[in-house]
Amino acid sequence: MKEGRIVKVAGPLVVAEGMSGQKMYDVALVSEKRLLGEIIELKGDLASIQVYEETGGVGPGEPVYPTGAPLSVELGPGLIESIYDGIQRPLDVIREKVGDFITRGVSVPALDRNRKWHFVPRVKVGDVVEPGDIIGTVQETVLVEHRIMVPPGVKGEITHIEEGDFTVEDPVARVRTGKGEIEIKMYQKWPVRVPRPYKEKLLPDVPMVTGQRIIDTFFPVTKGGTACVPGPFGSGKTVIQHQLAKWSDADIVIYIGCGERGNEMTDVLIEFPELKDPRTGEPLMKRTVLVANTSNMPVAAREASVYTGITIAEYFRDMGYSVALMADSTSRWAEAMREISGRLEEMPGEEGYPAYLGARVASFYERAGRVITLGKDRREGSLTVIGAVSPPGGDLADPVVQATLRVVKVFWSLDDKLAYRRHFPAINWLTSYSLYRDTVKDYLDREISPDFYDMQTEAMRILSKEAELEEIVRLVGIEALSESDQLLLEVARSLREDFLHQNAFHEIDTYTSLKKQYLLLKLILYMYEKAKEALERGITVRELRQLPVWERIARAKYISEDKLEELEGIKKEIDDEIQGLIGGKSKEA
Amino acid sequence: MKSRVLSGENLKRLKEYRTITDVSGPLLLVEGVEGAKYAELVEITLPSGEKRRGQVLQVEEDKALVQVFEGTTGLDIPETTVRFLARGIELPLSQDMLGRVFDGLGRPIDGGPEIIPDVRRDINGSPINPYARDYPNEFIQTGVSAIDGLNTLVRGQKLPIFSGSGLPHNRLAAQIARQARVLGAEEEFAVVFGAMGITFEEADFFINDFKKTGAISRSVLYLNLADDPAIERIATPRVVLTTAEYLAFDLDMHVLVILTDMTNYCEALREISAARKEVPGRRGYPGYLYTDLATIYERAGRIKGKKGSITLIPILTMPEDDKTHPIPDLTGYITEGQIILSRALHRKKIYPPIDVLPSLSRLKDKGIGEGKTREDHADIFNQLFAAYARGKEAQELAVILGEAALSDLDKLYYRFADIFEERYVGQGEYEERSIIETLDLGWELLSMFPRAELKRIRDKYLDKYLPRFKKEEKKEAGEER
Ligand SMILES: Nc1ncnc2c1ncn2[C@@H]1O[C@H](COP(=O)(O)OP(=O)(O)OP(=O)(O)O)[C@@H](O)[C@H]1O
Ligand SMILES: [Mg+2]
Repeated sequence: MKEGRIVKVAGPLVVAEGMSGQKMYDVALVSEKRLLGEIIELKGDLASIQVYEETGGVGPGEPVYPTGAPLSVELGPGLIESIYDGIQRPLDVIREKVGDFITRGVSVPALDRNRKWHFVPRVKVGDVVEPGDIIGTVQETVLVEHRIMVPPGVKGEITHIEEGDFTVEDPVARVRTGKGEIEIKMYQKWPVRVPRPYKEKLLPDVPMVTGQRIIDTFFPVTKGGTACVPGPFGSGKTVIQHQLAKWSDADIVIYIGCGERGNEMTDVLIEFPELKDPRTGEPLMKRTVLVANTSNMPVAAREASVYTGITIAEYFRDMGYSVALMADSTSRWAEAMREISGRLEEMPGEEGYPAYLGARVASFYERAGRVITLGKDRREGSLTVIGAVSPPGGDLADPVVQATLRVVKVFWSLDDKLAYRRHFPAINWLTSYSLYRDTVKDYLDREISPDFYDMQTEAMRILSKEAELEEIVRLVGIEALSESDQLLLEVARSLREDFLHQNAFHEIDTYTSLKKQYLLLKLILYMYEKAKEALERGITVRELRQLPVWERIARAKYISEDKLEELEGIKKEIDDEIQGLIGGKSKEA
Repeated sequence: MKSRVLSGENLKRLKEYRTITDVSGPLLLVEGVEGAKYAELVEITLPSGEKRRGQVLQVEEDKALVQVFEGTTGLDIPETTVRFLARGIELPLSQDMLGRVFDGLGRPIDGGPEIIPDVRRDINGSPINPYARDYPNEFIQTGVSAIDGLNTLVRGQKLPIFSGSGLPHNRLAAQIARQARVLGAEEEFAVVFGAMGITFEEADFFINDFKKTGAISRSVLYLNLADDPAIERIATPRVVLTTAEYLAFDLDMHVLVILTDMTNYCEALREISAARKEVPGRRGYPGYLYTDLATIYERAGRIKGKKGSITLIPILTMPEDDKTHPIPDLTGYITEGQIILSRALHRKKIYPPIDVLPSLSRLKDKGIGEGKTREDHADIFNQLFAAYARGKEAQELAVILGEAALSDLDKLYYRFADIFEERYVGQGEYEERSIIETLDLGWELLSMFPRAELKRIRDKYLDKYLPRFKKEEKKEAGEER
């Protein structure tokens, strides 16, 4: 293809001439160093290219080599357990090649070309297949059966297919199509900026269980839903994202470290192979793909990283899996967009962000969903997207937060005041919301208990009432409150400290099953019921406060999942202690 | 390596240009240049014969935009000449740098000889491959309770001090540099110190302190003082970290890096951005401030299979003590926690005035506990935090309602908060507390509460440790009656 010539270099942006006939978003290699870049603007003969590597030492006059192909990812066996940079270069292989620091111009295929996978056919010669049909499987890890699908656009009769050990480059099947015979390999390429096709979208109505009490009980997210976690620095965005990556009941997890810390990725790399999936007992890493373009890595590749991640996620969705994608942090992605836009000298919108910020954010989250995939068997797959947002100064008026809130259905609002008090997760229960609360009601009625929904409502009522009462206490002191209001404050405190507060680093507290969440909540509300009855029988809040059972309730969250019957025991203690109080009172009288 | 005979093309390129067409602020525009490269180092010769250095910020056809580190004062359009040096800014590195003092661009200013380089490295470095990182988890004892007990520092961490003008951040940084040690280890360590735009007096304080303790022979100092060229500051932290990387990952040393004051660095960056007429972000700082700071801070860390490490303590003064100002804000988004100094505590004459509640070390969880500090450490700090937070709340309430309106329990918390600030946070500038002393002090202070109040501590630790301090509790309770 015709070479272009560089006329301008400004940071990650390179402008080249002689580029007429090129297409937007095609990849071009810049200078003799062959730095990977993507065409993001065409003006006559000139193309603006965002370069995914440092451009120091590059200057006008040097060549640009167009490739004629858009920025794509490789999709096939070998994705799971990988750690990629923003443009899907495997970081472990890069380290083997060039050492501990990432140098420029390294080119490595995303999928190992030598590794052999055992392919087991699912269709036979003579079968007619269409895009999305599963022609065979590979056991990629103990947790993931990789389903090899007919790529979009291919339709016809299988003329050859065999079981055996193959590399991703080996053809495993042949299909006779209208345009002749086509070989099918175990991997396909897909352009990252184009959403992968599916048959139809469905409403997500099954909760994605995360094991995080405040999330599952009060602000649930669904399989195929969208959520965001905005908050100032240190408020717990990353810990929440890690918790979801660890404990969500998704089949596949894609974790994108977008412009954040290197050590956080190391943390995942060290921890995930050790942690066991609560459902299968297998290491969590066996279902995880990492994309790491940390803050010190090139900014253009950061812009690409979220697309790389979500395309991989869609591919697993297409196999019929439930996939969860976490992006930490989408603000860094938006900032990368802003930086490139600034260099293009585009007219800035709010806070210098490009005017298309909102559109980009919306179309990113729109790639989430619960779908009927391509393929004759009408498989169901889902992709849940959870983005962290890091607004300057924690200010929710930030354009990225606002653009995100317009599209996502769940808002976990992190509050630095809670974080300072070490109330974690620092999700503010008064300002957060989930539009899925009613959607998942049926599921909870069926799977947990028909009264769970009402208990949630009651607990939330107590917590909002607490906020009102605290205003009063601040002005006139607690003694001015009625006995029943004082009791409510006591119960609200228990809800906050013994239910909402959840320590991510405590071996038991880190994960709570839905069943246990229900029982814990029930316990606190039961205590409230009994205590209210006691008040009616003339017992004071002061006396109630002295009951030792409060401490038992406080420690109930540390009861392990296999001993949930102990929770019933605490209920009995509540009965006994309150009965004791009432009994004592009537004797006095 | 780079001093190899220049190739024909390079020789031609090293010709001098006298084609400056525009000077504005710290920037020069040179026209008619052949083959200039982005980020290339530039040498500028003034009519007086004085030489200055610069760097290419942008090249378009034959026009190069150059930022001049020493500023453009005295520079003229017709006479000044410019040479493009066909390489980035490189720093000569050698073990002999220990004990030496350099300017903000790495030139010796202590009268000593030039450095005979072992290697030369581009000051921008390259990103550490996230896959190559090793997780920082070795406890560093600083001897400061508020840090060791509550905001534990670990080797390879980046933990800034957010301060305000007039607060003793320099004294605290010097104390950390003096006392920091890893328990049970005798290893090669070094301090690399970078000053950006601080006063002579402040720099002198550090140098004297390093001299007094003998640390100077293990230190490399880079000084860009308040009256040195502001643009030079853009290079200083990079020069510092290039040195630190060499000492840590080539020479296996444990390096502590102190950068002060990052606020001055950011202002220099803003000056360049303004001169380039870029669309300003918040408070006029460029939109890429986050990325720029990250390329500095992320150079701290550990690498698998390497003995050395880089621990980074940047110091910054928050304009108007405002934590949401872009400089502390973006720093906090990159570093692994922050130590915040409080003016209120400083007024109460508490040293170090560490504001415990908003301070945080995010890596503490991996650096504490059995085998590192002590089994009860995590529980103790959770409990201290909770109790102090409640005490502060009680004090706030008391301001409005009067102390009498507090419940008995809240009065106890109220008192605890005061004692905690005075005895736990407060300590001497030369007082070095062992981690065991710090933990025991925590128990001692917490023993003033009834056991049932200590909800965040596991029973087994309450059983094991509380009785040792019980006496204290009885005595105090007795006094109250
Ligand atoms: N659920 C939790 N349990 C215990 N500690 C927590 C929890 N969530 C957060 N923390 C504490 O808060 C610290 C900061 O959390 P985190 O790193 O997630 O913040 P962040 O919002 O991602 O900040 P940044 O925007 O700077 O990346 C953690 O290091 C940890 O100490
Ligand atoms: Mg984070």
